[in-house]
Amino acid sequence: MTMRAEGAGDLPATSPAERLSAFEDRYRQARSAKRVWTALYGALFLAALTGSVIVSDFNLADLMVGLPKAWNYISGTFPTLTLFNFWGDVSDWYWGINYWLRLLVETILMGFVGTALGGIVALLLCFSASRNLVENSVVYFVSRRLLEFFRTVPELVFALIFVYAFGLGPFAGVLAIAVHTAGALGKLFAEVNENVDPRPIEGVKAAGGTWAMIMRLAVVPQALPNYASYALLRFEINVRGASALGIVGAGGIGQDLYVAIRQFEYTDISAIMLLLIVTTSIIDMVCETIRHRLIGHDLSTGQ
Amino acid sequence: MSHTITHGEIARLKRTHPQLFARPLAQRWREWALWLCFAAILGFGLWWIEASPLRIWNGLGKLGTLVVLMIPPVDGGAFLDYCRAMAETLAMAFLGTVIAAVLAVPLGFLGAKNMVPNWLFHFGLRRVFDTFRGIDGLVWALIFVSAVGLGPFAGVLAIAVGDVMVFSKLFAEAIENVDRKQIEGVRAAGGSGAQTMRLGVFPQVFPVMMSHVLYFFESNVRSASILGIVGAGGIGLALSDRIRINNWDEAAFIILMILVTVAVIDNVSRRIRMRIITTDTGHK
Repeated sequence: MTMRAEGAGDLPATSPAERLSAFEDRYRQARSAKRVWTALYGALFLAALTGSVIVSDFNLADLMVGLPKAWNYISGTFPTLTLFNFWGDVSDWYWGINYWLRLLVETILMGFVGTALGGIVALLLCFSASRNLVENSVVYFVSRRLLEFFRTVPELVFALIFVYAFGLGPFAGVLAIAVHTAGALGKLFAEVNENVDPRPIEGVKAAGGTWAMIMRLAVVPQALPNYASYALLRFEINVRGASALGIVGAGGIGQDLYVAIRQFEYTDISAIMLLLIVTTSIIDMVCETIRHRLIGHDLSTGQ
Repeated sequence: MSHTITHGEIARLKRTHPQLFARPLAQRWREWALWLCFAAILGFGLWWIEASPLRIWNGLGKLGTLVVLMIPPVDGGAFLDYCRAMAETLAMAFLGTVIAAVLAVPLGFLGAKNMVPNWLFHFGLRRVFDTFRGIDGLVWALIFVSAVGLGPFAGVLAIAVGDVMVFSKLFAEAIENVDRKQIEGVRAAGGSGAQTMRLGVFPQVFPVMMSHVLYFFESNVRSASILGIVGAGGIGLALSDRIRINNWDEAAFIILMILVTVAVIDNVSRRIRMRIITTDTGHK
């Protein structure tokens, strides 16, 4: 700071050599400051790594034993497919296809209904959680904290509690997805709302519109493509999440996967996993195409 | 010019230029069809999961009882045990993220179009990266618990395996977005291949990678906190146990612990992320 002032203030008084040495001093200072920071982060990282290794009992010997075991297990789930009797082998492998397809449909529906219900709640809460749309800071604070709570409690914890309250089955799972989705989407929707062009809002206000009219006529038309895009993204995530909820008894294909893994029905595991992978890939691709059409390539990655 | 538009004028304009006041019929049709489709699937879904107002009402009553049972949250004298389990959760998330990131660096370089300019290879590898995203972390945990036994080791493996392909894809994208000018600058100044990597590519890629890694660490702390439900270590085991034996006040205490930990980690990680992005690239 002071060096630059000197250099700029009385430029003719300093010789090139002096200016060069001043520059090099500054460069050295910046370098050493950066080195200190790097060393600090490095030390922090090493400390965290050592701590983690100690706490989780992670060691190389276990890894050397565990990795081949894990690989054996995974390769053990692959079916034996022969070229002679290819279709016969495939139908053996997928012996439960009708049942699994039914569960798969249930999983997708759970993701869909959960996203839709959660999206509706998010839509109701997002306006009061946008700083530019509410004047009452208490309402803003309460909506924000509520969304945060919905978002931070893991979906599976909600599922555990809802299974207890609403009984086993997909109903509890859908509610768990919906609550978590309301929190996640509500925050994103509110961020979209905070970035809308204020001019239409002024326009509706000037024409005598009420608060609800401002939201409906000035905010929603601008934000709708982004809402839809985020909802689609969430749908992809929720189908994936729904496939795991069955593990705690909240419906979907997870329950059969759980049974297969627990009872060591090896080829069933790979069959269900493959079904899941194909389904989620297709949904991802379809949703991505729609998203790009909705808001264009450049916006789809940004927040 | 104090002329106000009268209702008569509006009516006349609507009559003479109806297309200005309504969207084309085809567009309206398509929109209606879309909403109808949405409503139909939603209705079918609600029917499938057997949703009914009565069920919601009964469930809400039970939920209310649970909430009453949860207040006040108590630690049941096992606070230190919970802390240890929480530390294990953090350790699992950290190790899993680090392992995934380390493995993903070479994979990311292989998957970047500008590093391996082979269309078929690039396409194939990208599909492999995408494939692994389809499996939820909890399913991996279930599989690794079966394969290597109960405990945090299975959790670390589950997190690492679940993330490595996503990291690879993100890293590959970061490498593809590298600015050519800096690489050419190093080369023009006579830099070797290694120097080009170190001075041209690395400074551009590293902050992006670190930011992704920290972001995933945050998200993995959340997922690690539930992996214990299937026996993969961490606080989840304690939580699912308390729920199973109906100790709701202790369950509420554990949930609060998870919330606080996640909030703290998010905060710290966001600060480091901001710092890395601003100091290393000098903007944003």
